[in-house]
Amino acid sequence: MDLKDWFANRKKNNETAQAKQILSTEEYCALWISCFQCRELLYTRDLRQNLQVCPKCHYHFRIGALDRIEHLSDANSFCETEANLISSDPLKFFDTLSYEDRLKEANQKSGLKEAIITGTCTIQGHPACLAAMDFGYFGGSMGSVVGEKITRIIELACDQRLPLIIISSSGGARMQEGILSLMQLAKTSAALKKLHDCAILYISVLTEPTFGGVTASFAMLGDIIIAEPGARIGFAGRRVIEQTIRQKLPADFQTAEYLLKHGQIDMVIERAKLPQTIANLIDLHSLDCNQPKPEAIAKTPLKIH
Amino acid sequence: MTTGKLPPLEFELPLANLNTQIEALERQLPSNPALEQEILELHKQYDNLKRSIYGNLRAIDRLAIARHPQRPYTRDYLDRFDPNWIELHGDRHGVDDPAMVCGLLKLGNYRVLIVGTQKGRNIREKQLCNFGMPQPEGYRKALRCFKHAEKFNLPIITLIDTPGAYPGMAAEEHNQAQAIAYNLFELANLKVPIISVILGEGGSGGALAIGLTNTILMLENSVYSVISPEGCASILWRSPTKVQEACESMKITAQENKDLGIIDDIIEEPLGGAHHNWNLIAKTTQNYIIKYLDKLNIENDIVEHRTRKFRKIGCFKD
Ligand SMILES: [Zn+2]
Repeated sequence: MDLKDWFANRKKNNETAQAKQILSTEEYCALWISCFQCRELLYTRDLRQNLQVCPKCHYHFRIGALDRIEHLSDANSFCETEANLISSDPLKFFDTLSYEDRLKEANQKSGLKEAIITGTCTIQGHPACLAAMDFGYFGGSMGSVVGEKITRIIELACDQRLPLIIISSSGGARMQEGILSLMQLAKTSAALKKLHDCAILYISVLTEPTFGGVTASFAMLGDIIIAEPGARIGFAGRRVIEQTIRQKLPADFQTAEYLLKHGQIDMVIERAKLPQTIANLIDLHSLDCNQPKPEAIAKTPLKIH
Repeated sequence: MTTGKLPPLEFELPLANLNTQIEALERQLPSNPALEQEILELHKQYDNLKRSIYGNLRAIDRLAIARHPQRPYTRDYLDRFDPNWIELHGDRHGVDDPAMVCGLLKLGNYRVLIVGTQKGRNIREKQLCNFGMPQPEGYRKALRCFKHAEKFNLPIITLIDTPGAYPGMAAEEHNQAQAIAYNLFELANLKVPIISVILGEGGSGGALAIGLTNTILMLENSVYSVISPEGCASILWRSPTKVQEACESMKITAQENKDLGIIDDIIEEPLGGAHHNWNLIAKTTQNYIIKYLDKLNIENDIVEHRTRKFRKIGCFKD
């Protein structure tokens, strides 16, 4: 399905859902959700209208890549790139299920082809390259496709001299692609080095959860690093650390706020303010305004004494 | 400490048992010369068994060899490459992580920087080195030394033997992920030839953080993987007993990594593993490094050579 169709369909579905009167139990449950943090019973439509943020405690629910794109980019501005890049099964990996079956399952569950969507768009009028990861597809894990799509969107940002925004949400590298997954850390980081050398702005947005190989590569390499409130971000998982050091970790360990306190990220920004913040940051980095005009340079007198 | 009696690994047990049998008969030989024929026969059996065991090592057997407590570590190689090597310490920001060893030395006709992870031989050393798992400060120390080598146009050799980056509270607070990511970022653009050798365990991001190099070599019995086989087994199979399946599925051996196009060459080990002859494996490794330094010397764009190598890695349908 084309992305534009998806956005259009969803609008239609929302309208029909509102028109319905009598509900079965199943539908009733689908309409109500208990907040993970404050346990408040929330009407899903209200939650959606509030960008999946609990109106009571401001808990930020996970949102998918499509919702993320819809929220960040100006209406009808998003053009998807590399939509047809899909995973193969290079290792013929088999645990309790084959990797191929797991890919199919991930596709059926999420409706996505991979754990990331990339493209170009405008954000409050500013042209940009945008990549959004989706935890709902295979835990947002990075295999060859995620690594390649990230690399290609970085290269596009480089070619077109567009600022780059990557929204991360991932459990880390995809084990089913073995060492090939690990190498995606190297590939994406090397591509970012080139972008860096072109002096193009890269804003990394960390969302619930961002871990492992994704944190240890492109997610932590932003010129500016933003995190959403309460998002858990780290290299090693909490359980692994607790087993290693044999002690309990503080409750707020590895949260966005904890990272801010420890100097690892620039800011924690609530979801509703994200588009404006990103637009402002892009504006503050637009090179055209920074470069002195040629006549200004000529007018500066040379002082030789 | 190059040969001598070593406790057998699990897959070596049949060999060890046969050996005990032969030794027992040999002790009886002076009083019973008729045993000679039987002993000769058993020796033949022993040689056949040895060939068949070491010729058919499973991934999990190689993992055991890679983790052998008497396998030579980074410092053992440094001492043998150049007894006069000079160690460089510290990240210049308050910490010197002993799990990351950096040194300047001569390797044949080359002057090089070597940076490697160190596991620690005895209990005290192991604790200091966190069993070969560097802290973020260790990766930053490595990067400081990489920059030093670049400034003086010294080729860099990295020696990798780590279960992974250290997963601790302070390590997270000091941004382990950023330390690894930033090394990858900077390694991609260093203007000198870089070669890495996986000596034992190439564990995940903690290994890759010094492994984004022009040439990657692996010792015959070393392993390189995205997660430890134990970690993989517990996550995917939800069972710690499925380590062998995880080893096979992830394709962690040197040959498999070569077949996947990740590494460039395999360094052959003495029969049974590097722990049987430290001097020999150090010499062989040195020869391989020099051979590949010679090859990299004729590359005219060393950065392009390195980034192109990693740009190509990945398997997908387009
Ligand atoms: Zn709430």
